[in-house]
Amino acid sequence: MTEFWTEGDPIADTAAPDGPIETRWERRKFSAKLVNPANRRKLTVIVVGTGLAGGSAAATLAEAGYHVKSYCYQDSPRRAHSIAAQGGINAAKNYRNDGDSIYRLFYDTVKGGDFRARESNVYRLASVSVNIIDQCVAQGVPFAREYGGLLDNRSFGGTQVSRTFYARGQTGQQLLLGAYQAMERQIGLGNIEMNARHEMLELIIVDGKARGIVVRDMITGEITTEMADAVVLASGGYGNVFFLSTNAKGCNVTASWRAHRKGALFANPCYTQIHPTCIPESGTHQSKLTLMSESLRNDGRVWVPKRAEDCKKPAGEIAEEDRDYYLERIYPSFGNLVPRDIASRAAKNVCDEGRGVGPGGLGVYLDFADAIKRLGRKAVEAKYGNLFEMYQRITGEDPYETPMRIYPAVHYTMGGLWVDYDLQSTIPGLFVVGEANFSDHGANRLGASALMQGLGDGYFVLPTTLGNYLAAGPFEKVAPDHEAVVEARKAVEDRIAKFLSINGDRTVDSFHRELGHIMWEYCGMERTEEGLTKAIGLIRSLREEFWTRVKVPGHGEQLNQNLEKAGRVADFFELAELMCIDALHRRESCGGHFRAESQTPDGEALRHDDQFSYVAAWEYATGEAAKPILHKEQLEFEYVHPSTRSYK
Amino acid sequence: MVTYDVKDISPDASFLEMLDVLNEKLILDGDDPIAFDHDCREGICGMCSMVIDGVAHGPEKATTTCQLHMRHFSDGDVIDVEPWRAAAFPVIKDLVVDRTAFDKIIQAGGYITAPTGAAPEAHATPVPKKDADLAFEAATCIGCGACVAACPNGSSMLFTAAKVAHLGLMPQGQPERDTRVIDMLQAQDDAGFGGCTNMGECAQVCPKGIPLHLIGRLNSDYRKALRNKG
Ligand SMILES: Cc1cc2nc3c(=O)[nH]c(=O)nc-3n(C[C@H](O)[C@H](O)[C@H](O)COP(=O)(O)OP(=O)(O)OC[C@H]3O[C@@H](n4cnc5c(N)ncnc54)[C@H](O)[C@@H]3O)c2cc1C
Ligand code: SF4
Ligand code: FES
Repeated sequence: MTEFWTEGDPIADTAAPDGPIETRWERRKFSAKLVNPANRRKLTVIVVGTGLAGGSAAATLAEAGYHVKSYCYQDSPRRAHSIAAQGGINAAKNYRNDGDSIYRLFYDTVKGGDFRARESNVYRLASVSVNIIDQCVAQGVPFAREYGGLLDNRSFGGTQVSRTFYARGQTGQQLLLGAYQAMERQIGLGNIEMNARHEMLELIIVDGKARGIVVRDMITGEITTEMADAVVLASGGYGNVFFLSTNAKGCNVTASWRAHRKGALFANPCYTQIHPTCIPESGTHQSKLTLMSESLRNDGRVWVPKRAEDCKKPAGEIAEEDRDYYLERIYPSFGNLVPRDIASRAAKNVCDEGRGVGPGGLGVYLDFADAIKRLGRKAVEAKYGNLFEMYQRITGEDPYETPMRIYPAVHYTMGGLWVDYDLQSTIPGLFVVGEANFSDHGANRLGASALMQGLGDGYFVLPTTLGNYLAAGPFEKVAPDHEAVVEARKAVEDRIAKFLSINGDRTVDSFHRELGHIMWEYCGMERTEEGLTKAIGLIRSLREEFWTRVKVPGHGEQLNQNLEKAGRVADFFELAELMCIDALHRRESCGGHFRAESQTPDGEALRHDDQFSYVAAWEYATGEAAKPILHKEQLEFEYVHPSTRSYK
Repeated sequence: MVTYDVKDISPDASFLEMLDVLNEKLILDGDDPIAFDHDCREGICGMCSMVIDGVAHGPEKATTTCQLHMRHFSDGDVIDVEPWRAAAFPVIKDLVVDRTAFDKIIQAGGYITAPTGAAPEAHATPVPKKDADLAFEAATCIGCGACVAACPNGSSMLFTAAKVAHLGLMPQGQPERDTRVIDMLQAQDDAGFGGCTNMGECAQVCPKGIPLHLIGRLNSDYRKALRNKG
């Protein structure tokens, strides 16, 4: 018990079968109740989100005969943020005969997650990975191929095996178009009712079960209540709580947060992934950050000037002996190829020392001069040409002539709504898939594993486990004037009216930006007790200010993009506080997070398995001064035994 | 037509960031901000959509609006900004248009029927690298609609041709090849897009460089499909 949280009962049951891990999913599938095909048509499922997770789920459920209602905030399901994923998707096909296997992918994922993920779920993910590739190829996803016509693979993010499938730098786009096209086919057949430009603003719970949502038509502003036998959230990650991130501008936590407020536990909210190679901010107008592929670190050398006073000089004027190739210096064996979190933190450290380069001193050089000398410009162009072009388009600088500037940026959120083995949240009938759940990546996600998880959840896991739940349905029809429905709808209307009535003197974006600064400074890569405590205070007072000074122009019965943003930012404020509390309570360095109070004598991350080998699942507590309630899901490692990593 | 004054814009700002700055000012001044579509701001989601100085997505070649930067304009320039204008894309508000007509074309046949669970082993069907690469190039269409906005006839031919080529180049896409092209073209007409008269404006503005010759490919597929149908 502390000033900020209280502790509740541990989580007793994760619904994961026991016995040999290799057959757990087989046995779960067999024990799952089936729904008679004739009954499926009478069962309605709401799916919020049309990214890889929601798109694949909606298409598959509709193919199975359920009636599906889908929602997304963009103008077409094809534009979900999954479209932006570049690098690739992992699968344990072992096409390279390089020793890969389901077990190895499972092992790498548990280890990569720094021993904070549930073994049963991870094993299942690795085992369905092979089916995902088959499915996507059948849909016509144009993966990269070799001259013999077989699929090409590459190694990604420092793994020893080549298990990443890719479609040039647009893997997410091609996978999403596959799912989107399968969805459109079902829309055409009348099995999916698609509601684009509709935002979910509340969850409706009737007799303890998730039975519907409240949505706003983003064009007319009309608020409606939509009912179903079950609700699936596939609404993506919440990296935009930091304002600047590599996420699309609209990515938000609202769907998850509204469910959390209604009783769904939120797990490990502080687990975020910060990617080391993004294009730095160029000024106060900056609205988002762009990721550059990690592969650049294979040939680029990272450096900053040794002396702060050199930082304003052009890179070319800094002599070789005045440069600090700090990754090579600190980590001689891995050098520029240290894992994401280490590279990110080291960049922030040198910038904090005042040795950063570029606008605001928030950047480090990624220099290809040596690579060009060694391999020739042609070879560098062949490998990285499109990335160099993208860099030049954004910054106006030519990376063949002057070194690139990079800086870490928030990229992915491992935390999310807590789900059991069936992907069901703590609210019966509310299932959560994709980045919106917390399930598979522990405290750190491996590259190319998010796409795998989204499609694994949607194509293969959810259709089985949701069927098991729906076998008890159809549930009793809910009348539109049911108290729970009326209340949920009224809550949404009141909130909108409140936003529009404040009529203050600050824009929504100005608050969002300021919140982002607080989160980046105190709840980013490196955290301290003092900083997090301070952040909680700052967030609370900024939130108060938001609710008295925000200005939302226009009215509710129209396309009103500032009203949409206001709702999202209001939820980010609440999430931000919980993230800081979660970070505060976890007094260990693990995964992507460095907790300054928990380090080895030589400054490396120190995990505390004896105290923190659990999932922190938070319950929302109502009332003004209420503190979130921590429920622990103890993690057991029967197969992959916790070990410590070292990159020195 | 309204003219706004925007001050102190960094040449490193993107076009949309310039509009953000303008909107912040409009809100504080008590005016209506300008509504525009955007999401990824990386040139991949296809959401952003503006005609800038008369050109869909603006003056830079192969560049979406969100990837256009202010360094390509000079201080003091008057920049003309309009929404996509096409019969099949009604304007919703300011620069925001309704592109659901594109989804309708896909619904009609822009897919390969492959219900989940029925897929054979991925290596069962090798695809020659050349075909896979060509299919990929066609599949990079982001569905933005610039081609339609640029076309004097408001035709969606380049968009449809890109999808027909992507799927038609893969062995998996053969069984539905004929019905796909017939149904998609029908859906295109039904949705109110104009006919193609080979003006070529579409490929000029396409941010993903979808080549014009894919329309020729579509036409030949269509003729073949009609013949096969008899
Ligand atoms: C730049 C970038 C590159 C990446 N590259 C890779 C990679 O190479 N490999 C990899 O494995 N992973 C990668 N990732 C991560 C991966 O792309 C994402 O984790 C994954 O695509 C998320 O999929 P999703 O289906 O869970 O959510 P999303 O694709 O984010 O979809 C969310 C959906 O929910 C809808 N939605 C959200 N809120 C609401 C609401 N309130 N009401 C209605 N609808 C709502 C949205 O409209 C959207 O349809 C990358 C991420 C980024 C940012
Ligand atoms: S063909 Fe080009 S212009 Fe047309 S929708 Fe596709 S990407 Fe946009
Ligand atoms: S905003 Fe996504 S392509 Fe421009």
